[in-house]
Amino acid sequence: MATSDPNDNQADDIDVFNIVADSDPLTRKERLFRWIDLNIFTPYRIIRSDWRASFGIAMIIFLVFVGTVVIRFIPYPRVGDYPRYAPPFQSLAYPLGTDNGGRGILAQLVHATPDMLIIAFSGAVVAMSIGVVIGTVAGYKGGYWDEVLMGISDVVICIPGLPLIIVIVAIYPPTSPWLVGFILAIDNWPGLARALRSQVLTIREESYIEAGRAMGRNSGEILWDDVMPQLMPYITIRSAGAARGVIFQSVGLYFIGVLPQGGLNWGVMMNDAYNIGSAVSNPGLSGHWLYAPMFVLLLMSMGLILLSQGLDRIFNPRLRARHEKKASEKDEIEADL
Amino acid sequence: MTGGGGDFASGGGGRDPEEVNRLIELHTGITPDVPLHIAYYQYMRDLLLYQDFGISIYYGEPVFDILFRAMPWSIFVSVYGLLLGFAVTIILGAVMAFKEGGRFDKVMTVVIIVLDSIPYYVAAIVMLATLAFGLGWFPHGGRAYSDSVPGFNAYFMQGVLHHGTLPILSGMVVGFGSGALAMRANSIRVMGSDYLRVAELRGLKDSRISIRYIGRNAVLPLYTGFMIGLSSIFSSGVIMERIFTYPGIGWYTFDALMRQDYPLLMGAFIFFTVITVACILIADLTYGFIDPRASVENKESY
Repeated sequence: MATSDPNDNQADDIDVFNIVADSDPLTRKERLFRWIDLNIFTPYRIIRSDWRASFGIAMIIFLVFVGTVVIRFIPYPRVGDYPRYAPPFQSLAYPLGTDNGGRGILAQLVHATPDMLIIAFSGAVVAMSIGVVIGTVAGYKGGYWDEVLMGISDVVICIPGLPLIIVIVAIYPPTSPWLVGFILAIDNWPGLARALRSQVLTIREESYIEAGRAMGRNSGEILWDDVMPQLMPYITIRSAGAARGVIFQSVGLYFIGVLPQGGLNWGVMMNDAYNIGSAVSNPGLSGHWLYAPMFVLLLMSMGLILLSQGLDRIFNPRLRARHEKKASEKDEIEADL
Repeated sequence: MTGGGGDFASGGGGRDPEEVNRLIELHTGITPDVPLHIAYYQYMRDLLLYQDFGISIYYGEPVFDILFRAMPWSIFVSVYGLLLGFAVTIILGAVMAFKEGGRFDKVMTVVIIVLDSIPYYVAAIVMLATLAFGLGWFPHGGRAYSDSVPGFNAYFMQGVLHHGTLPILSGMVVGFGSGALAMRANSIRVMGSDYLRVAELRGLKDSRISIRYIGRNAVLPLYTGFMIGLSSIFSSGVIMERIFTYPGIGWYTFDALMRQDYPLLMGAFIFFTVITVACILIADLTYGFIDPRASVENKESY
């Protein structure tokens, strides 16, 4: 071999490649099946085998269904449609009763749903984006960058979020639900950034990251190609939590009357029931007006919690492997919450 | 035009700009003509050197006095609620880990998920409606009995407790929730580690193992959550104190916002921030006692 010329060597290499290629490459169809199995059927099986995950996902799908389809079959509630302060379960026209203006509670709940979904979605997206950028860069770059970025998020943690948001919202009242979610995200990202940073701190020591650095790839590429895929499951899980936080706060702010009261919103309904209907001191008259939106809010937040636990089961490779072996061990899932 | 504090509150257009500027200067200590950064410097200088937060437009009293009187109440209610929630969380999580897979564990997991889905203001309203208005067990507003004399007497303190119970309970809900699940998971993970077997083989007492070995190591990851919880609980005070009409800083913040009482609002905001920073600082300084490993190591920068 030592005497042979480079061409020979190359021929050997080609042989080796040929041998490897002898095993049939997967056809497109097979690859598609594998992909579907891995990304659709396995998650589906995991969700099926766990009531919490299935309940959470069903809850969210139901709310989206209500906000997009059911809303078309229920007329927009108008003042004077029905008798005022009707108790619930009296008539099919207003199953959950009516408010002080005779508007059906159920119709109001349904017509408020799209806005609530938009607030949760935009809040989660914005909070996650800021948190991901700051958390990964701080964790990966370390040193000076880490100190500056973590300094910023520490400052934001120390600023009492809700009063800040109340002041911002009082000065520039946001009318669009997208903007409400955006503003509420201000308070939600530092925790995520910190959590992500601690995750990245362990990932940055991995050998393939080291290899990427040795090859001279720049930090942006390494972060995007090598670090982010590792974090994606965690990010998805946390966004469900962030969506819940944003919904909590937005309804709270609508409830105390800080956010603009014009449209239909669960928080606005609660505020009206509390102030106009005096639902707390006189539950017999208008209790249903206060408790119906509360109940829906509770369902939505429970759905988001269970969804995030369900996503954890789907994404966590350790749990996933264990799932195929033994389904009864799934209770240890909380180990990674 | 007689001038003075009360007039400013009644507000309205058509006012002489000179007069408005004079009132601004009177209430906030800021000269309105100077550029923003100098006005900021003036405000901060008054604040730091003379504790002069300006004068409330609505109440006509110095902002510092109003907030300083309200502050202990807010801290009392919030910190009590958070500590109580944290304690329950830890104990519950530990017991669930101990009885892992049993009926108690399964039932409590469901209960905790349900409790975790309840926003604190919903809990507050439900408690107010049932316990205060429905059953009449608790008062539905105020901080103490109106006929009691503040000081170290039993009647006053009983009133404070009686009025504080519901806000504290609703604050507990904020600090409660998924913490218990995290504590349970941490405990289970710690229980499987080798040093616990060693500790058992050394014949250490169960109480020592459960507190010093399992408890201590399982609580650590919750500590960061506790610090973030500190800032969120003071924030939530705004909504909570309004629901219970509990005149702490949160209540004054909201009041100032509704009445557009900007000196009071700015003051309340600074108070909130200072309390939060102080609490986080204390938590940060004590972290070393709980976890000796928590030292800042310098990482290589890429």
